[in-house]
Amino acid sequence: MPEISYREAVRDALATVLRKDDDVFVMGEDIAEMGGSMGVTQGLLDEFGPERIRNTPISEIAIVGAGIGAAMQGMRPVVEIMYEDFLTLSLEQIVNQAAKHRYMSGGQLKVPLTVRTQGGAGWSPGAQHAQQLEGWLVHVPGLKVVFPSTPTDVRGLLYASIYDDNPVIFFEHRTLYGLKENVPEDLEAIELGRARVMREGDDVTVIATGRLVHESLAAAKEAESDGISVEVIDPRTLQPLDEEALVKSVKKTNRCVVAHEAITRMGFGAEVAAVIQYQAFDWLDAPIERVGAKFAPLPFAPVMESFVVPHAEDVLQAIRRTVAKR
Amino acid sequence: MARAERTAELSREQLVEFLREMLLIRRFEEKVEERFRAGDLPGFLHVAIGQEAVAVGVCRAMDDGDVFASTHRAHGHTLARGTPANEVMAELYGKIEGCSHGYGGSMHLYDVERGNLGANAVVGGGLPAAVGAGLAFAMRNEPRVAVAFFGDGATNIGTFHESMNLAQLWSTKSLFVCENNRWAESTPGWQHSPVWEEMSKRALAYDMHAIKVDGQDVEEVHAKTREALEHVRSGDGPVFLDVETYRLHGHYIGDPQVYRRKDEIREANEEHDPITLLRDRLSIDNGEFDSMNADVQQVVDDSVEFAKNGTDPQPEDALKNIYA
Repeated sequence: MPEISYREAVRDALATVLRKDDDVFVMGEDIAEMGGSMGVTQGLLDEFGPERIRNTPISEIAIVGAGIGAAMQGMRPVVEIMYEDFLTLSLEQIVNQAAKHRYMSGGQLKVPLTVRTQGGAGWSPGAQHAQQLEGWLVHVPGLKVVFPSTPTDVRGLLYASIYDDNPVIFFEHRTLYGLKENVPEDLEAIELGRARVMREGDDVTVIATGRLVHESLAAAKEAESDGISVEVIDPRTLQPLDEEALVKSVKKTNRCVVAHEAITRMGFGAEVAAVIQYQAFDWLDAPIERVGAKFAPLPFAPVMESFVVPHAEDVLQAIRRTVAKR
Repeated sequence: MARAERTAELSREQLVEFLREMLLIRRFEEKVEERFRAGDLPGFLHVAIGQEAVAVGVCRAMDDGDVFASTHRAHGHTLARGTPANEVMAELYGKIEGCSHGYGGSMHLYDVERGNLGANAVVGGGLPAAVGAGLAFAMRNEPRVAVAFFGDGATNIGTFHESMNLAQLWSTKSLFVCENNRWAESTPGWQHSPVWEEMSKRALAYDMHAIKVDGQDVEEVHAKTREALEHVRSGDGPVFLDVETYRLHGHYIGDPQVYRRKDEIREANEEHDPITLLRDRLSIDNGEFDSMNADVQQVVDDSVEFAKNGTDPQPEDALKNIYA
């Protein structure tokens, strides 16, 4: 059970599949000598060479599109988009092409492409380097969307994503790269579409993604001292969504909080809330609480940034509000 | 001299076969216009009348194993690559027997077995995939080429520039076929590009080998495509084919072409019809032409019957083929 960081876990998953499979290659901006802007791909160039660890020009739409073309020929490309904000530049190829080739061809094609990207606030980069846009992609049929929050999950889910025969948009959270955890000795694939109960509890279910999983765990600990037992669930895969696991938990606790760093309005949590209210309406003892960023671009000044995005305290307040309603 | 060499490559018999294919595309497109106006065909259709020599010249120069990405104007490319008229027409009718099984339609014709990786309704949308497929061929050292068709209008979109740059930079096995038909929908070349009369200049910026082609001359299209494919296949890098052609009809079926002078349309039809040009060159007499015409007309008429008798998908089939 080695202890590795979230960053090392991503790298280990990449290295493992690169060793195992000639069809896998990685491309992205500054990923070779520099090892990526987040240092995730450090060392891969030395082991696998420039044919398979490809530094690209700053051409987000072409590198995603080239990944699509290579994937349609049976390769399993992994494209790194440096920041989620830059994912917007490649959306035409992701939304119109990658997601739809299989469908438009009536099932003739497969696009086993993985697009890794990262985002997340907490370091004051301003409005164009830390957005959380995962909700946009969940809206597009044909894509799978993954957002792991721990080293174990990021490792096993990335492995499974690369071997998935569909385009997978794989979100990593910047502030989690340094997070360490003991992971299984041997890399095991984690099936896409399976939620993980991060903490069991009886009074409230918090369904959280990304950084907010950890904020929710901190809030749960705090709530425990008030005598509130909190269950925390991380869906891990946003599409397909493990609705059954989420609904089952809420039917047990009768209360629900959804939490993510992305903007609350039209965020992923809105869909989760809709799923829960429809499938567990009679079990709910209180309205579902939503925790997310305020409806503003990310500001630069640290005090403003901290105000816009949610923290453990916001989750704790939401837990208290839902418990207060009898 | 050059002409003699090219002619030497193709026998009269082969050229007659090319003429037949071009005529098949023409009659197919005319039938599509007719059935659309009659209300048979749903959706949005674009015919390739005037550009048949490009489709036949390029697609017949490709080898088995080569792949291509097409555009919204894809019927000609698809037929020229060998997809039976029945399957193309059935797709336009939204039938399961169609080449995309009713999921694609006119702007999304696919035939993966014959290398057709899809027609694209986003201008420039297929170019990056042709780079990626060409990259896969290069990485695996396969003697295959990925061809991207696109129009002059696509040379102004980001995917074109990023794709050209990446292909040349990585020497992918990609062939860029620019069908310059002088119109980006209703916008003439001179209004959308400073180099509309010399699209090869776009390739210069990326240090890519470019070849200028008269797109109304199927022999020349075929010969220069062979040359370009050889260049790409041998690993000498991607090629930009600057093909000058004519769109003899409107952008879409029903386009009144209010933006285009009547005499320009008449002149294009009288002087630049690739079928007339080839027929004259081969000195095909009326008897031979009429017989060929009757033959392809029968294929087209049969395709309509085939399509009409095809199987409608069940509504709930709409929820299939979303994920592999």
